[in-house]
Amino acid sequence: MAKRVGIEVSLAISEAVKLANVDAIAAYPITPQTHIVEHLSELVADGELDAAFIPVESEHSAMSVCAGTSAAGARTYTATSSQGLALMNEILYIIPALRLPVVMTIANRAISGPISIWNDHSDIMGVRDTGWIAVFAENGQEAFDLSLMAFKIAEDHRVLLPISVNIDGFTLSHVIEPHEFLGQEEVDKFLPEYKPAVQLNPDAPVSMGTVGIPEIFTEAKKCQDEVLKGSEAVVKEVFAEFGEMFGREYKVVETYRSEGAETLLMTMGSVSETAMEAIDKMRDEGKAVGLIRLRLWRPFPVEALRAEMVGVKTLAVIDRAVSFGGTGGPVASEVRSALYSIDQAPYVASFIAGLGGRDITIDDFIMVVGQAERMAAEKEIHQYKMIGVRE
Amino acid sequence: MTKKFNEKAWHEYDLGFMVSKPGCAAEYRTGDWRSQRPQTNKDKCIKCGVCYLVCPEGAIVLAADGTYDFDLEHCKGCGICATECWTGCISMAEEGE
Repeated sequence: MAKRVGIEVSLAISEAVKLANVDAIAAYPITPQTHIVEHLSELVADGELDAAFIPVESEHSAMSVCAGTSAAGARTYTATSSQGLALMNEILYIIPALRLPVVMTIANRAISGPISIWNDHSDIMGVRDTGWIAVFAENGQEAFDLSLMAFKIAEDHRVLLPISVNIDGFTLSHVIEPHEFLGQEEVDKFLPEYKPAVQLNPDAPVSMGTVGIPEIFTEAKKCQDEVLKGSEAVVKEVFAEFGEMFGREYKVVETYRSEGAETLLMTMGSVSETAMEAIDKMRDEGKAVGLIRLRLWRPFPVEALRAEMVGVKTLAVIDRAVSFGGTGGPVASEVRSALYSIDQAPYVASFIAGLGGRDITIDDFIMVVGQAERMAAEKEIHQYKMIGVRE
Repeated sequence: MTKKFNEKAWHEYDLGFMVSKPGCAAEYRTGDWRSQRPQTNKDKCIKCGVCYLVCPEGAIVLAADGTYDFDLEHCKGCGICATECWTGCISMAEEGE
């Protein structure tokens, strides 16, 4: 078994990026992502990682540089957070449209205002429809593993799309956890050198990023959508291969003690670990409650989610972002759509919690389960509820 | 037969809808929307070639006898050739007449 190393999660991600032997990094520091790129710049400066570290004046430039280096055939990495992600927005759409397999860590942080440096998911939800694959990590080991898998998924020639690995800001980025690192040889075996399908090359010139007139724009979007949906199969393949090689299993939809559960909690990101504690407590009290954790956010794993709904009567979805004036939390809305047409769909209660760094405690989860079951029994018509608000 | 760019299915385009072969307006009829067309009185033409030089579309073609003809698939009817012609042998006629 590999050696366990106690290290800050941000630094573990940097080490994973180094093991992935990236060619180019362009990034701008922003709390709570800073430690990741700071450490990478040290690794490059110390000669431990042979890559171009390109300092830029903004995140808009960071993502623009990533488009350029990736188009030139370089394995490309960046990381950001919150306002930085928002500033990248324009270029985020371009990257998948050009089929560039950029890998980005997002240390999830609330979008201002009020100004907040603390964790929630409003940053990633704001870029939901940019066409990136998005996965969520629950702890440091997952952040390390997913960072490596991200390159393999993105660079697969059936995919060639960018991917964001989401880690909760501070809750994950700034904590020291034990990580099982992988050796360079093992990583090289799992993640071969990046072979671009096409690259900018003066000897075989191509134009990337051209105009799409009305006669082809719809076809371009259809293609992008089909490739993104098709990437789910590759994500599963890569998860399976990683599991076989290194013994750590990943699924697009993860469960915890969900066997025979009539009520399921649903979470995404690091709160899942607290939710597990809540499930243990409720199971000990004899309640048929389980947990479902969404790992793959885009493409949304519709079938995998439906497969977990057998016998489930109530689903309590926790969202860490508000879709202002919408019909539910961002995750809950997707879940309702995905389950609407199935027979005996569960009652979906949408709860918004953990905004801007507010903790979600074990007791909160237990309360949410009770409330969801009551709402389901009363068939309460609701869109979403914010919990823990002082009235 | 090679499909035209606007006949392909969504999965038949180059990766990322990039352009791997340079396009050229010469391949398309770009003069369709012309409202006036140039015409020449070749008796007055002195074969100076000014029209050929000033045409912004490259739509003036050297004829075998040294005079000039018009490529009406690409001529937009701007009238620069008629304005610049030294002898006034080029004039503009309403399209459709």
